[in-house]
Amino acid sequence: MVEEENIRVVRCGGSELNFRRAVFSADSKYIFCVSGDFVKVYSTVTEECVHILHGHRNLVTGIQLNPNNHLQLYSCSLDGTIKLWDYIDGILIKTFIVGCKLHALFTVAQAEDSVFAIVNKEKPDIFQLVSVKLPKSSSQEVEAKELSFVLDYINQSPKCVAFGNEVNFVLLVFWNFFFTPRFTLSSSRNKKHAKNNFTCVACHPTEDCIASGHMDGKIRLWRNFYDDKKYTYTCLHWHHDMVMDLAFSVTGTSLLSGGRESVLVEWRDATEKNKEFLPRLGATIEHISVSPAGDLFCTSHSDNKIIIIHRNLEASAVIQGLVKDRSIFTGLMIDPRTKALVLNGKPGHLQFYSLQSDKQLYNLDIIQQEYISDYGLIQIELTKAAFGCFGNWLATVEQRQEKETELELQMKLWMYNKKTQGFILNTKINMPHEDCITALCFCNAEKSEQPTLVTASKDGYFKVWILTDDSDIYKKAVGWTCDFVGSYHKYQATNCCFSEDGSLLAVSFEEIVTIWDSVTWELKCTFCQRAGKIRHLCFGRLTCSKYLLGATENGILCCWNLLSCALEWNAKLNVRVMEPDPNSENIAAISQSSMGSDLFVFKPSEPRPLYIQKGISREEVQWGVFVPRDVPESFTSEAYQWLNRSQFYFLTKSQVTVPLKKAEESLPTTPFYFILGKHRQHQDEKLNETLENELVQLPLTENIPAVGELLHTPAHVLPSAAFLCSMFVNSLLLSKETKSAKEIPEDVDMEEEKESEDSDEENDFIEKVQDTNNTGLGEDIIHQLSKSEEKELRKFRKIDYSWIAAL
Amino acid sequence: MGEFKVHRVRFFNYVPSGIRCVAYNNQSNRLAVSRTDGTVEVYNLSANYFQEKFFPGHESRATEALCWAEGQRLFSAGLNGEIMEYDLQALNIKYAVDAFGGPIWSMAASPSGSQLLVGCEDGSVKLFQITPDKIQFERNFDRQKSRILSLSWHPSGTHIAAGSIDYISVFDVKSGSAVHKMIVDRQYMGVSKRKCIVWGVAFLSDGTVISVDSAGKVQFWDSATGTLVNSHLIANADVQSIAVAEQEDSFVVGTAEGTVFHFQLVPVTSNSSEKQWVRTKPFQHHTHDVRTVAHSPTALISGGTDTHLVIRPLMEKVEVKNYDAALRKITFPHRRLISCSKKRQLLLFQFAHHLELWRLGSTVATGKNGDTLPLSKNADHLLHLKTKGPENIICSCISPCGSWIAYSTVSRFFLYRLNYEHDNISLKRVSKMPPFLRSALQILFSEDSTKLFVASNQGALHIVQLSGGSFKHLHAFQPQSGTVEAMCLLAVSSDGNWLAASGTSAGVHVYNVKQLKLHCTVPAYNFPVTAMAIAPNTNNLVIAHSDQQVFEYSIPDKQYTDWSRTVQKQGFHHLWLQRDTPITHISFHPKRPMHILLHDAYMFCIIDKSLPLPNDRTLLYNPFPPTNESDVVRRRTAHAFKISKIYKPLLFMDLLDERTLVAVERPLDDIIAQLPPPIKKKKFGT
Repeated sequence: MVEEENIRVVRCGGSELNFRRAVFSADSKYIFCVSGDFVKVYSTVTEECVHILHGHRNLVTGIQLNPNNHLQLYSCSLDGTIKLWDYIDGILIKTFIVGCKLHALFTVAQAEDSVFAIVNKEKPDIFQLVSVKLPKSSSQEVEAKELSFVLDYINQSPKCVAFGNEVNFVLLVFWNFFFTPRFTLSSSRNKKHAKNNFTCVACHPTEDCIASGHMDGKIRLWRNFYDDKKYTYTCLHWHHDMVMDLAFSVTGTSLLSGGRESVLVEWRDATEKNKEFLPRLGATIEHISVSPAGDLFCTSHSDNKIIIIHRNLEASAVIQGLVKDRSIFTGLMIDPRTKALVLNGKPGHLQFYSLQSDKQLYNLDIIQQEYISDYGLIQIELTKAAFGCFGNWLATVEQRQEKETELELQMKLWMYNKKTQGFILNTKINMPHEDCITALCFCNAEKSEQPTLVTASKDGYFKVWILTDDSDIYKKAVGWTCDFVGSYHKYQATNCCFSEDGSLLAVSFEEIVTIWDSVTWELKCTFCQRAGKIRHLCFGRLTCSKYLLGATENGILCCWNLLSCALEWNAKLNVRVMEPDPNSENIAAISQSSMGSDLFVFKPSEPRPLYIQKGISREEVQWGVFVPRDVPESFTSEAYQWLNRSQFYFLTKSQVTVPLKKAEESLPTTPFYFILGKHRQHQDEKLNETLENELVQLPLTENIPAVGELLHTPAHVLPSAAFLCSMFVNSLLLSKETKSAKEIPEDVDMEEEKESEDSDEENDFIEKVQDTNNTGLGEDIIHQLSKSEEKELRKFRKIDYSWIAAL
Repeated sequence: MGEFKVHRVRFFNYVPSGIRCVAYNNQSNRLAVSRTDGTVEVYNLSANYFQEKFFPGHESRATEALCWAEGQRLFSAGLNGEIMEYDLQALNIKYAVDAFGGPIWSMAASPSGSQLLVGCEDGSVKLFQITPDKIQFERNFDRQKSRILSLSWHPSGTHIAAGSIDYISVFDVKSGSAVHKMIVDRQYMGVSKRKCIVWGVAFLSDGTVISVDSAGKVQFWDSATGTLVNSHLIANADVQSIAVAEQEDSFVVGTAEGTVFHFQLVPVTSNSSEKQWVRTKPFQHHTHDVRTVAHSPTALISGGTDTHLVIRPLMEKVEVKNYDAALRKITFPHRRLISCSKKRQLLLFQFAHHLELWRLGSTVATGKNGDTLPLSKNADHLLHLKTKGPENIICSCISPCGSWIAYSTVSRFFLYRLNYEHDNISLKRVSKMPPFLRSALQILFSEDSTKLFVASNQGALHIVQLSGGSFKHLHAFQPQSGTVEAMCLLAVSSDGNWLAASGTSAGVHVYNVKQLKLHCTVPAYNFPVTAMAIAPNTNNLVIAHSDQQVFEYSIPDKQYTDWSRTVQKQGFHHLWLQRDTPITHISFHPKRPMHILLHDAYMFCIIDKSLPLPNDRTLLYNPFPPTNESDVVRRRTAHAFKISKIYKPLLFMDLLDERTLVAVERPLDDIIAQLPPPIKKKKFGT
């Protein structure tokens, strides 16, 4: 039983929080935002994520409070369903299956049993606004096929649709005119070249007044629009760039607007002179929403954060997700001190991101220059970063290339200051190389007395930088200086890597790998496989430290033995990401094929992989990293042992969601973890054997219904402790190993008597388990491998690793 | 079109004075405009916005308020403390009454039009009764502490609102006592200013008082309770004027930043009767302070320090979208300020208080069409003639021979004899003017400079014989019995036999100068005459009207000529009829009898009567027919109107000799450069 563990990919964070307008609960205690396939519920006071509503199988595209019951939330998704949630308990109440892709959702208080949605049915670029009648039925899953068509050819963005008060009109925006069934207003009259296309609209909550935002930064307030001729508008102009979103306050006395200036503007009484500002919000305001109670606003920003703003325009809370509006150059790194994930963040910053809490810890300003947000400007990019000496040193490289010949390059070295608990700039090196720096690595050997850094550049050199004494009569100081410059036949240096003990340095020059002695800086030997430029290079670790691995562009993975200076083995594998595990000998490689990305884990000493998982992602994987575990797991199966000490995280290329995924479900450490550890593991593994790829992560306690109930049910509705005790203790008892997964719902049924609605999710969950049970793919292969291990091993030796081509 | 050598004159240093008040009369669709120098102009909005009447200014008589009362009677009041009524027929001031309250800052006629209210420097509000031929003081209202800067009647005539410094008072008309005193907030953008001047108030029929003040606010007050209802901060500078539409569904305010804001009464929701005032569109047609605004049923009218009168039609009120719906900007007077002596190549420029005589420069160089020739001799400023007294010059003229200059103010007529001795010039005033030649509306010399024609403001036309250094009064054509209409345009034939005179309304009379009798009257036309001239040889009278029609009337035959009839039958080109400015001068080419030369502010045109008239499909403005085209094509595309738009704004253009033209331009930039600097506004920033 214990051996039948499984490994799956979990999307564990970093999804967009700013995809749609956030929604406040009626009492302003919670704020909801769509986040990939989930809806997240945050507390507006503590900024903590209270619940994650999961159930949708595709991107969630819209959320709205149920106008008839403000404790419920509607959400719609591209999977064609509208779901109704109880957000306080975080459970799904009902699913309405609409059957076509839903792009936005609108609810209207007057229309009791129907909601409005944007769908596209026939052609991919024609969007329709439809009214969806939600049938009243007690069942959990209801077909809602009764769509009544409202309008065609509308804009996909929900910002371009607004509903007037008392639904006496629907407002839709086209390229440059408004339209409702009754009237059309055009923004571009007379002026041919005016850049005043509409960007967003909002309706006044009580008056017949429409606010529209325009490309040229103007806001127009339209009134009297029922009359073809007598309609009139007022212009409010402060924004210099397009107005991204508009929102009226609940009473309609003020209008909020935001744009690229990152300034929230409040127009009071809709007058141009009477405006208030909340400046320096950090990034483009993409959405603005207002709480129904009227006491809070919130702005969603392009750097994946939500700022909750008090009515008096004071930012009260910041919910910051993973910043990823720009391409990631630095790759994924783990800060050895905080174990936080480190990557490019805001422009010019490194972000430190906690994987455990899916929360940004802090930003480190690397470039330290004013960021001018304008299109077409070539910015300074933070291209490389590396941690060294157990987190004591951080090296960063920034570059800006306006023209081919004009390269601005700067390398900065940051020292960790224990007093301030932060990095302090130590050395700044202008133009460390003549051309772009391609790789950067520290010597992380434990016994090395002098911190050493190696940079490899396209200019054909690699440079060794060492920390030297820079003291003068005024103060004691250390600084970095160049110690050695190496080159090899003027080839471009593409990669560099230190061996684990720091005695050897491997530098790849296009197709050739050179090995240097790190004490004398002598060229020891060269390897050349003539199989294309080296893309990745790394030394084996621990017992495999005599091996050097290189992946080439032509799809060959080579392993050299440093003792014999000969090729140990090679395999045909188009490696995109190659990451060594810092805690073991294992090396993970992700290869890219037309079908998707496949993960291989192997030891350099053995050409046979420890573990293969095909199709971990449909998109191209960009970066990956091993994250050491705080508490080691104890997988007994040989195939999974590589996950005992570390978890593997990777980042896909798609800029839309960029999910961070990790293999093997991680379990948060709660007080129950230690008490129930053993028992839970059993249940867990039982579940795991049936879980497959696309399943979402469940919080730990939900796996034990009784514990879940105890913790999640509000105290005032719980029965007496005496009543619960026996049930609770029973649930902690070890269940018999013959028990199948199907027995779990029985527990749930018992609980269901208490709270009928809560069980929806549980049932749904089980269904999914059964659904996915049949779709096992890689499982069989692995099982076969493990069973006939010896046989296979012998076979492999005979056929000389050609197995890998067959994959 | 023919090629001309053109004197392009840009040394006429004319700056119109700023507009102080405008008053719109709904009954006659006329607009009275007063300027800072005391000039009052009356524009006929129905007649293509033509400035049909004009009362010269006076140095001590700065108008601060202007209003129409009792139908079409025009009153003004100013800082000299007098209320004046203008005689719109005889074009003079009927009477002036001192209000005995110090300088008058504001004036308002009652809704019935029978009473006049003035607000004075000493804080008094005085009520005058309008009698058929005069106004009579009735009583004082409760005296306030500081000057009354603005006044407005409640449409029922029972209450008035008076804006003062720092507060607004509401008076009951019956008792004359202040009912409410509403204190205006002095704060200006958070900073307390010394004073808050209420520049304008408007009393609506529902009891709302709208005030505009120096702190940039437009405020709505409830006059029943005396409380502030709503406040709109619209400008960083003073809001100086307000005007409400007659239906009270919109009003307009003008600010010192040059912006005019439109406010509209808009229903809150489509199905409720609740309405609210909403600021809608801003209009930035002025560079300087908008001192005054008016609201006609279809247009917003504004004027200010930058001397433009802007008429902005409201698109939603315009029924048909034609050229009347376009924005009008009137800068230059619609009368002639320049006269020219062809023989001596002299130009006489008329300013408010002086005349300038210039001799044109000359050149010996020759060049191609379009070349700028270098001057061999620069233009000379020969004479600077200052008037005596505070009155503005009404009209002036130099004789074609250049030896006489005549001008007139409201009270005096001046005639000077000029003697040229080489480069020296001597000036001798002809004294002993006959008493009837007190003031003239128009002065004209005959072609041979032997006769002087003077249109006096009593309606009479005087003919004076000039010989040597003396003059002799020959005759006076008295106006037709029963009319006192002043003649303001004169034209004389080149042989001196015929004199045409036109008044402010329609009719043109032609007199026979030899026989000293009325020869005929040109049939009346609906639109006022803007310019006229008598062609040499044929003695055809060419008349331009404000609706851009041009007639040719044969004086000997006493009927319209065949060409004129053809033109009327076929009609003018639509672009010709859509021009903004009236034709202000007509002249003829001595050698080409078929040509008529005329100009307005933006174009110069030669009408060639021998060519076919253009129809609406042909291009009206074809400045130069391409020379590379064949003769046939050129002839086919040629039509009677040859238009040149090179010179603008064109104040005067005349033919000096057969091959020489003189054009006097006054670029708008030069005028703006001479105005006081406007309020500095940041283009960006808040």
